[in-house]
Amino acid sequence: MADLSGFKFTKTHEWVRPANGDEAFVGISDHAQGQLGDVIFLELPQVGARLESGARLGAVESVKAASDLYSPVAGEVLEVNSAVNESPELVNQDPYERGWLVKLRLDGPLPGTLMDEGAYQTYAEADQH
Amino acid sequence: MTPFGGYMMPMQYRSIREEHEAVRQRAGLFDVSHMGEVVVRGSGALGYLQNLVSNDVSKLPEGRALYGVMCREDGGIVDDLLVYRDRDEFMCVINAARHDADLAWMRRHLPPAGVELLDRSLETFLIALQGPRALQILEPLVAEGSPQDIRYYHHRPGTVAGVRLRISRTGYTGEDGFELYGPAEAAETIWNALYERGQEHGLLPAGLGARDTLRLEAGLRLYGQDIDEGTDPITAGLGWVVKLGKGEFLGSAALRRISESPSQAFVGLTLGPRQIARPHQPIFAASEQVGMVTSGSFGFSVGTAIAMGYVDRKMGAPGTALRVRLRQEPDQWAVATVVPLPFYRRPGQ
Repeated sequence: MADLSGFKFTKTHEWVRPANGDEAFVGISDHAQGQLGDVIFLELPQVGARLESGARLGAVESVKAASDLYSPVAGEVLEVNSAVNESPELVNQDPYERGWLVKLRLDGPLPGTLMDEGAYQTYAEADQH
Repeated sequence: MTPFGGYMMPMQYRSIREEHEAVRQRAGLFDVSHMGEVVVRGSGALGYLQNLVSNDVSKLPEGRALYGVMCREDGGIVDDLLVYRDRDEFMCVINAARHDADLAWMRRHLPPAGVELLDRSLETFLIALQGPRALQILEPLVAEGSPQDIRYYHHRPGTVAGVRLRISRTGYTGEDGFELYGPAEAAETIWNALYERGQEHGLLPAGLGARDTLRLEAGLRLYGQDIDEGTDPITAGLGWVVKLGKGEFLGSAALRRISESPSQAFVGLTLGPRQIARPHQPIFAASEQVGMVTSGSFGFSVGTAIAMGYVDRKMGAPGTALRVRLRQEPDQWAVATVVPLPFYRRPGQ
């Protein structure tokens, strides 16, 4: 089980993990990938795109359904994970590490509305989406 | 686990993609015991089924099975089903979600005497072993002879892992394979025997998700999505199981009229890159809606998103370029091309 102490979560099942300085990685939770089923395609933003906290980041297309992704934070896209474009199943297999989606430069501190791991697990268990 | 037709069934054991690929390349094992089995017997059984089922049941010898549909007077499909011929009786295999509707329909059309219906659904397991390795996996477990001798859409009784059951060379995946029908209390024995024997061949248990992507690639219809009481078999491209020449049967007058000039066609579609069409999405030619998607997903073996649906007949020729409206907010469209069904044929077919 991954060490999720550095991760924060949204109600829409994305996570953000601050990295060096003002950078952070963003992805979807294990709960989300399980609900989605096999990921087929990802629609991700371009490098340089500016995202607002809560704004649409892109979409995940799985065997079952298409699902929008929302940015947990405000920032600028520095990098997009090319590995998940070639092997979308990485998102299912390793949602917290190799299945990361974008790297952002944060505009500011993380919003206080994000949940830590414990709060998110409780939330995810209750949530049916 | 997910609710399906009144049962809780696994959508996947590991991954839909892995299970799909296992079936295409090696073997997969499906517990499809939710399906219904209804025995029809009596001196009037043949005539009764001839009236009820679109296909020609009189041409069905012992040891063979046929695929057909039961229709309403207006040609609408009550269910699609398999009919098996045994020496003294028939067995109909129906969809789980239609069990009650089908039984009510079948009972309503019983003659006053000469036909008995026996609902064996709850006493019968159905396990499907599908894939190029299916024969190798099953063969050592069969006590009498080799299942190699059972031709496609044929069946016979057999003893597998000590259990007396029916071995049928049928399936819903587009691969070679077998479906085993037996007494419910022996289901675990058969599952375990096939699972164990299958390990050295790379067999995977497979769930509803893979069952759907496999059957979609094979162009097989799913009742409740591609066909239902509002669709008829002619329009659904199932004219080959409608034998208008056998005499009148339930729905034949309507089907005869429809076959003279059907207004819609059931088509296969391949989608442009990175887009998947889903049931109920409208299909357009230029700015006019010409049809609707009934099934859609990703074809792991064909490498593209695929869909099936109905379109105005004149839009149904292979190569026709259409669009599918994937969503309205934001407005999102996919390019779709009509292709002949099936999308996938197993090698050597």
